[in-house]
Amino acid sequence: MTDVDGMPRAGDGSPVMIEHDGEHRTPVALPVARFDDPHLEPAARHPRRAELIVAFFLLVGIAGVAAFGGAYVENASTQALAVTFGVGLFGLGFGLTAWGKYLMPRGPFEEARHELRTSDSERQAMAAALVERTGVVVKRRKFLGGLLGAGFGIFGVVAAFPLLRSLGPLPGKLLFVTDWRKGSLLVDSGGRPVHKDDLQPGGIMTVFPNGFQNTDNGQAVDQTVLIRLQASGNIVTMPGRESWGPDGFVAYSKMCTHLGCPVGLYERLLEMLVCPCHQSMFKVRDGAVPTFGPAPRPLPQLPLTIDPDGYLRAQAGYDQPVGPGFWERNTSLKNGTPA
Amino acid sequence: MNNLVKPRTAREARAARGPYGRIQQVVDEIDDRLGIAKGGRVLLGKIFPDHWSFMLGEIALYSFIILVATGVFLTLYFVPSQATVVYHGVYKPLDGVRMSEAYASSIDLSFAVRAGLLMRQMHHWAADIFVGAIVVHMARIFFTGAFRKPRELNWTIGVMLLILAIFNGFLGYSLPDDLISGTGIRIAYSILLSIPFVGSYLAVWLFGGNFPGHIIIERFYILHVLILPLIIGALIGAHLTLLVRQKHTQFPGKGRTEHNVVGSPLYPTFMAKTTGFLLMVSGVVGLLGGLAQINPIWQFGPYQADKISYAVQPDMYMGWLDGALRIMPSWEWAGWGHTVPWEVFLPAVIFPGLIFNLCLVWPAFERLFTRDNKFHQLLDRPRDRPKRTAAGAAMLGLIFMIFAASSTDVLANFFHLSLNAVLWFFRIAVVVVPIIVGWVAWRICLEMQGGGAAIGRRKRAMVISRTAEGEYVGVTAEPRPGDEHEELEPVPVPERIEVERPERVGATGERVGAAAVGAAAVGAEGGDGGGVRRVPR
Repeated sequence: MTDVDGMPRAGDGSPVMIEHDGEHRTPVALPVARFDDPHLEPAARHPRRAELIVAFFLLVGIAGVAAFGGAYVENASTQALAVTFGVGLFGLGFGLTAWGKYLMPRGPFEEARHELRTSDSERQAMAAALVERTGVVVKRRKFLGGLLGAGFGIFGVVAAFPLLRSLGPLPGKLLFVTDWRKGSLLVDSGGRPVHKDDLQPGGIMTVFPNGFQNTDNGQAVDQTVLIRLQASGNIVTMPGRESWGPDGFVAYSKMCTHLGCPVGLYERLLEMLVCPCHQSMFKVRDGAVPTFGPAPRPLPQLPLTIDPDGYLRAQAGYDQPVGPGFWERNTSLKNGTPA
Repeated sequence: MNNLVKPRTAREARAARGPYGRIQQVVDEIDDRLGIAKGGRVLLGKIFPDHWSFMLGEIALYSFIILVATGVFLTLYFVPSQATVVYHGVYKPLDGVRMSEAYASSIDLSFAVRAGLLMRQMHHWAADIFVGAIVVHMARIFFTGAFRKPRELNWTIGVMLLILAIFNGFLGYSLPDDLISGTGIRIAYSILLSIPFVGSYLAVWLFGGNFPGHIIIERFYILHVLILPLIIGALIGAHLTLLVRQKHTQFPGKGRTEHNVVGSPLYPTFMAKTTGFLLMVSGVVGLLGGLAQINPIWQFGPYQADKISYAVQPDMYMGWLDGALRIMPSWEWAGWGHTVPWEVFLPAVIFPGLIFNLCLVWPAFERLFTRDNKFHQLLDRPRDRPKRTAAGAAMLGLIFMIFAASSTDVLANFFHLSLNAVLWFFRIAVVVVPIIVGWVAWRICLEMQGGGAAIGRRKRAMVISRTAEGEYVGVTAEPRPGDEHEELEPVPVPERIEVERPERVGATGERVGAAAVGAAAVGAEGGDGGGVRRVPR
């Protein structure tokens, strides 16, 4: 039943909503509450007091955000901006939340929870649509379906090229090489060649092959720590490295064999290199074998020589990849040299 | 309503609009085109349970909004480039230092842009709060069993959001290219390298070459500001859509059943409370952002591959992975011309993969275990599910111990202990502590089951007194002030609220002597139509 304004009405004239249930239209009364319903009372026991509190916080909020505007115009300190911004928004927020919690209808209200599932016939109809239409499309056209699948499959493989392959080069030998060569001059980060008198026994510095000290990639893979130990003559850190440490000088890759952090700490009395990331420790005099922590391999050693002018040079490049492990690395764990 | 007849007087115009005035007109115009009146009315009446624990997810949602807002501000000034520049900006201690444009612009947006430092630090704080709130929210969902049928999918989406939030947090704090974040990127590169068979391909392709390359900041930037936020935003949308579609869970209590939801309606009560809460979260993040220093990149210096600083930890949400890397023994495997760096691959790839997959499969796992395929709209109290609670507590214990293990060096220094002792303590503790925590949680649950206080009631004190005969008697104390404010039985949200009955209604449908203007056209059918008005407050 409807009246002049087109609004459905129940028998007593109050609006109803119409539930459409297939063919049946069932008028359902909208929930109505009398204004003196206790559910509509404010939740606060003393609404007047709550109102004052809400008003106070809203005023604090207004003052805060206004002051934030002022602080911004005045280019005030970060702290002043934060206090005005934070107090302003918190005041507004606290006021609004308290308004909702204490001055709005206390309820509680409920809503019905209906099952989400649809009818069995709807379910079956959906399954039928999937199965039967698929049957019409696919079963009779298997060849076309195969062609389409092949098309998508080939496109998937082909699309991987621009999506993945263009991102960077193939690894190739990239992870195996550094810029250290036979005869490379050791220089510091400023490019100054390192003379044997630059470092006293117990001293340590970071060195690079000349020409690569200021390149980002060079800094990463070439970084080498040069240490002068208390010694007379050559330091032999491992068998087969008899000539690698002239005059107490030893040089190791500065890239940790665990995760590639610079092994930046040197404990002089213990003659240990320490990685600050995960505390791996390497015994310098014994070929930088790890004695503590998660590093699995010794730091690769750079064979050194001192040229006739007293400058330090590399006898050769590293005999193994520097840095952390990876699948293609074909070396032994003991000294890291190719197995 | 017939809009074709042009009203001639103000009264006719009012009558044509109906009892709800211009709002009715707006609703009509929109509904003509979109047909949303019915759905909109139901949505306005959507019930939100009033329990405090339901706001944990809101903290996560609002941190995300703050992240987007402050993040947009930062993009206006940040330059995602690794090109080397010599700094001559406002921060004098770094004058003349070579650095990447990314680092230089991060310094300048902190010091030269008005409110820049506030925005940057708010962004960083909000990211930590985002991940933290997700974890706490997830714990609430887990311990109360809210993930059970029909909400398994939303649990899955939530776990995805946690993973993406952690990833995007890492990408974000990598962008300034300072000494700490650069070391973090170096470690990420090495973790990729550790993956058997494909590791070097993944690492070299992602970085466009060997570390550090020249492009990683740009790639992280687009992932951080566009791709991951889009996915996170879409998943949040799906998360909330499912929440509306499936309706909230609720704790058992007065009038609460499997077939209803009891609480406050979206409009106006919940809307007021939650908007206020958004402002409060923003205010707190603002206070943190300006008063509590976070990630002072100007103190760390620009990233250089051969430099490192001591005793640095990653952000909170990466700490557990760092801890796992620290306590792992050096179990590299080498042979047949290949190397598998288990000391990296296990803790940094396999371990987090296991943890997240455990989270993902938990609903299915529990169902397998309990053979419970029923719908659950009422929440569990954790004490009533001691095994689940014990499992969750053990998991939190494991994650916490692993997280704490990321500070082995700091703890050893601070307490003057041997680093070796601290390391071995954590290696043992990550196994033992979860077992103890799980067992204790299980015992506490069993003990608490004996208590039996009803949910939603304030606990009353039990007064124990000894009689003259020496007998102990427990008496429940008198209710405290405020306890008498008894909760009512829930009722449906009233769409209409009757203010007063009209004294007399004329035959033309015009009210005589009634005050309410908006009610003029109601009750046309003579007699009994109630004057109506919208919710008064």
